[in-house]
Amino acid sequence: MATAQSTSILPEELEESGREPVVAVQDIHKSFGAHKVLNGINLTVNRGETLAVLGRSGTGKSVLLRLIVGLDKPDSGSIRICGEDIAGLTIDQLGGIRKKMGFLFQHAALYDSLSVADNVAFPLLHHNKALSKSERADRVSQLLLEVGLDGNLDRMPSDISGGMQKRVGLARALALKPEILLLDEPTAGLDPISSREIDELILKLQKERQMASIVVTHDLFSAKIISNRLALLDQGNVLIEGSFEDLERSDIAFVKEFLKQ
Amino acid sequence: MSDTAVTAVAANRRNAPDRRVMPIAAISTSAIAFIGDFFEWFGNLGIFFWRVLRAGLTPPYECRELIRQLDEVGSKSLPLVALAGSAIGVVISLEARYSLSRFGAKSMFPATLVYSVIQVMGPIITGLVVSGRVGAGIGAELASMKVTEQIDAIEASAINPYRLLAATRILACILMLPLLTIAADACGLLTGWFAQALVEPLSFHQFVESGFKGATLNAFLPPTLKTMVYGFIIGLIACFQGMRTRGGAEGVGRAATNSVVLGSLFLMLADVVLVKFILVVFP
Ligand SMILES: Nc1ncnc2c1ncn2[C@@H]1O[C@H](COP(=O)(O)OP(=O)(O)OP(=O)(O)O)[C@@H](O)[C@H]1O
Ligand SMILES: [Mg+2]
Repeated sequence: MATAQSTSILPEELEESGREPVVAVQDIHKSFGAHKVLNGINLTVNRGETLAVLGRSGTGKSVLLRLIVGLDKPDSGSIRICGEDIAGLTIDQLGGIRKKMGFLFQHAALYDSLSVADNVAFPLLHHNKALSKSERADRVSQLLLEVGLDGNLDRMPSDISGGMQKRVGLARALALKPEILLLDEPTAGLDPISSREIDELILKLQKERQMASIVVTHDLFSAKIISNRLALLDQGNVLIEGSFEDLERSDIAFVKEFLKQ
Repeated sequence: MSDTAVTAVAANRRNAPDRRVMPIAAISTSAIAFIGDFFEWFGNLGIFFWRVLRAGLTPPYECRELIRQLDEVGSKSLPLVALAGSAIGVVISLEARYSLSRFGAKSMFPATLVYSVIQVMGPIITGLVVSGRVGAGIGAELASMKVTEQIDAIEASAINPYRLLAATRILACILMLPLLTIAADACGLLTGWFAQALVEPLSFHQFVESGFKGATLNAFLPPTLKTMVYGFIIGLIACFQGMRTRGGAEGVGRAATNSVVLGSLFLMLADVVLVKFILVVFP
């Protein structure tokens, strides 16, 4: 762990605790044409911490995640992953950082020409070339088991349910043992039992691997269980950030309205 | 440059409020917009090509995907290309017999058939058939991957989609077109000879002997190898149109159509230059 005296690390990268945030989003602005989506967002996530991002539909939660993986470029502001600014990196340079990140898309985004097993094997095939075929197959079935899927590994993504696609997407995101997990609504469309299984998995990964996660969710119950901190977005900015109790104590009308379920 | 043109149009509007001038202003504005769009498209195509080139030339090389694409572009286009080549062979044979006998130059038949098929028709027919089949296929495939965020998913997995998807497909098109052209030529010559042999006795041996008499490699190699340029155009435009797609099923349809239309168009335009180039360099 870097110490505060180290000259290579700027003071603002260090939290009071002396830890460097794994993800640091600073004053991000993003518009699509005249439509301003993000308006000066600041967020940080530390190792072993889970941040839940809440907000109404269309506030730019998915856009925020896409910016963090570098799939879109912000209009202004900086995004630092493990201390490295991702602005201006080429696609191949970003690759090194992206290997540390697991990304679950809101609509799973499975490769529709590949079977379920091949979808999960895809990152392994490209980045863990040393793995033998049987080792890879073992790893794939283990990953799928972790997200609660077994059997039917040769089915195509179009032949499985939306909730199952989501879990395959999660298994694929976990394939390279990422340090950072970015999940866009991991439990949307899942039954309560599967949702709790996913919550358990996120908690387990956080504890065992000290993984940092940003979880976009509309599921307040799951947000309460898995997150150390929550951030509620409104009109392109963080309206309130804190523990679930902090949010519950808030006097802001929108927060009260949002938590009233 | 287009800025000054736009201000010129604006000034024109201010100075001449006369109704009769308005349509002209409107036409020139839309013409400028069209030219602007065209240059923007071309610029983006150039940037896309640069990205693909840089990605394709640096490791890791995606050999597995390249082999898959060689099969997709090559083996799977073969029946169609062979059929098109055969049909063209018969057509040229019928036409040639008719015109040659009118000028009393029947003995020229084999050479006429050989040269028309190998130098002119084989390459362009192969190019157009592949543009239709492969161009539309690549355009639609990549477009549907794009709109369902699969290309983003590849990128998020730290894999360069320009290397994995575009470079492999373009290279497969470049490598496969000459081979497909040779296949089309062979089929065309065979059916052309056969159509002739049905009417007048002409052994295949005689046909080949007199058709290729005095011919050098210079006469046949350049027209065949120029199809690599066709392949490059087909692959590049289809990948470009596919990977820039937006907007759901309609966007996918548009990408497939544009891949074929623009691919075929630029292929024929390039042919004009290529034919001239070959005539000058390989007289
Ligand atoms: N590529 C794009 N082009 C134009 N506008 C976009 C694009 N991507 C997102 N937007 C706009 O940005 C806004 C935020 O979109 P985003 O998908 O981030 O919402 P969200 O908070 O994830 O909503 P939900 O909870 O429904 O998933 C939307 O109004 C959307 O129209
Ligand atoms: Mg979203």
